[in-house]
Amino acid sequence: MHPAKSVIFFTTASGAGYGMMIWLAVLAALGEIYPDTALGIVTLGLAFALIVGGLLSSTLHLGRPERAWRALSQWRSSWLSREGLAAIIAFVPLGIFAFAWVVMGTNSGLAALGGVAGAAMSLLTLYCTAMIYASLRPIPAWHNGWTVAGYMVLGPMSGAVLLTVIFHLFGQSKPAALTALLSLALLATGLLVKLAYWNLVRNEMPVSTAGSATGLGHLGRVEMTGSPHDSDNYLLREMGFRIARKHAEKLRTIAVALGFVLPFLCLLATIYLTGGLVPLLLSALATLSCATGLTAERWLFFAEAKHAVTLYYGEQAV
Amino acid sequence: MTSLPEKTDKKLGLVVDLDICVGCHACAVNCKEWNAGAKSAPLTDYDPYGKKPDGVWFNRVHTYETTDDAGHGQTVHFPRSCLHCEDAPCVTVCPTGASYKREEDGIVLVNEDICIGCKLCSWACPYGAREYDENEGVMKKCTLCIDKIYNENLPEESRVPACVSTCPAGARSFGDLGDPESEVSKLVAARGGYDLMPEQGTKPVNKYLPPRPRQDGRAGDKAPRMLEHADDSTESAGLIARWVDKILS
Repeated sequence: MHPAKSVIFFTTASGAGYGMMIWLAVLAALGEIYPDTALGIVTLGLAFALIVGGLLSSTLHLGRPERAWRALSQWRSSWLSREGLAAIIAFVPLGIFAFAWVVMGTNSGLAALGGVAGAAMSLLTLYCTAMIYASLRPIPAWHNGWTVAGYMVLGPMSGAVLLTVIFHLFGQSKPAALTALLSLALLATGLLVKLAYWNLVRNEMPVSTAGSATGLGHLGRVEMTGSPHDSDNYLLREMGFRIARKHAEKLRTIAVALGFVLPFLCLLATIYLTGGLVPLLLSALATLSCATGLTAERWLFFAEAKHAVTLYYGEQAV
Repeated sequence: MTSLPEKTDKKLGLVVDLDICVGCHACAVNCKEWNAGAKSAPLTDYDPYGKKPDGVWFNRVHTYETTDDAGHGQTVHFPRSCLHCEDAPCVTVCPTGASYKREEDGIVLVNEDICIGCKLCSWACPYGAREYDENEGVMKKCTLCIDKIYNENLPEESRVPACVSTCPAGARSFGDLGDPESEVSKLVAARGGYDLMPEQGTKPVNKYLPPRPRQDGRAGDKAPRMLEHADDSTESAGLIARWVDKILS
């Protein structure tokens, strides 16, 4: 599948934004963050910016962005519609949570309740995003449970890593230590989920073949000798993306090292090296590294996924 | 409404005979011609006279070569278009309701006035039936020539999809595949018509008829026998022939 920049940015950015919201709400409900106004503006502001930026980028890549509102109507059957609705509904409790914190100076009680409801809606939105991909049967690399697990873990994971550096920036070492621990657990889980995903994608039995796509499999090996068109068409540009195996392996190493291993080591170090600027610099490095690694991971998620239509254009199995 | 109808009154569709198709692409060209002025018009072309011509087509003809274990090959021309599936995944993924399946005849259509161009339907279709129109920003697809098959201004024999009326070889048939007594249903039953990628669970309405088994002349059939190789040895030849052979070689 073509790895479109807008969708890579949307899924990574809004995933991190929802992840931040989820942990802000949970920590506030547990009474672990003091409702400092500046801290609220920066954390909630960045989370909203990531979510809205992601949603906007996914809207702007539509052929007819001015009709985007119509996408909210088919929630009975369409995961894309459900995602849009869940995202919009989530803004209500998250808005109450943010308003209470920044304007009224409280993040406990009713505000925390709004936060927790917003966190639940955030998780639901992430689930809907994952299901858009997981429900597509022509793309076996997406049509599996590990796709869902990936989106559900990586969003909260990147959110926790981001929160850690902001807490350090504000000198809030207690919530920073909590999100660092959360990050460590989620980075380890995230790596396991992605390793399981890549293992499945590499070793899975093909679902469809050139033989079943044409129905000519009983005649032997099926090869395309004549394409319907000489230049690329929409189908090949959108769904016929191919990535060289050695490039994929390199990117996978980058995704593992920068997305998971380096942030894990940095945040682990912040627990022991608490003096001066060290935790701030380490968690900033963890954040940058994680963002780069997740971009590589998401790029691979699209680039490596083969679509059944390619079977008509020379691919042997998907 | 992007939920699928529980059942459709008719299942209008195509039957493509791969034994007959000669790969002339006339069906694809006439499809383009008709639809460039029909419901989905314009059927946009980009750079049509340039180095990389490209555009929206509803019908594409591929050519495949099959090779069995014994090395016997066969060439099959393969027209590919929307199969108007009973469980059309392109319909249920649509977030706007622009993509729908008609209850009266089972035809899958796009309402271009409300399509937002998210392209998700093209991801959901395993057959590559849907193509995005970059200029219009909406998705387009085979309409089964809905503005031709019901058009009372046309003589009755012309009320079939453009790809069917134009096929010079008679490889394409059109009819109600939901009616077991229809000509197309009988054809499918007689020739072992099959579904493309049944494992995708889409229940295609269109059927393909397999190429008939090749005749190789061995089982007493009427296929022309291959020429035997000439005998290289000269021993059985006459005196003059051996003499000529000696001079020549």
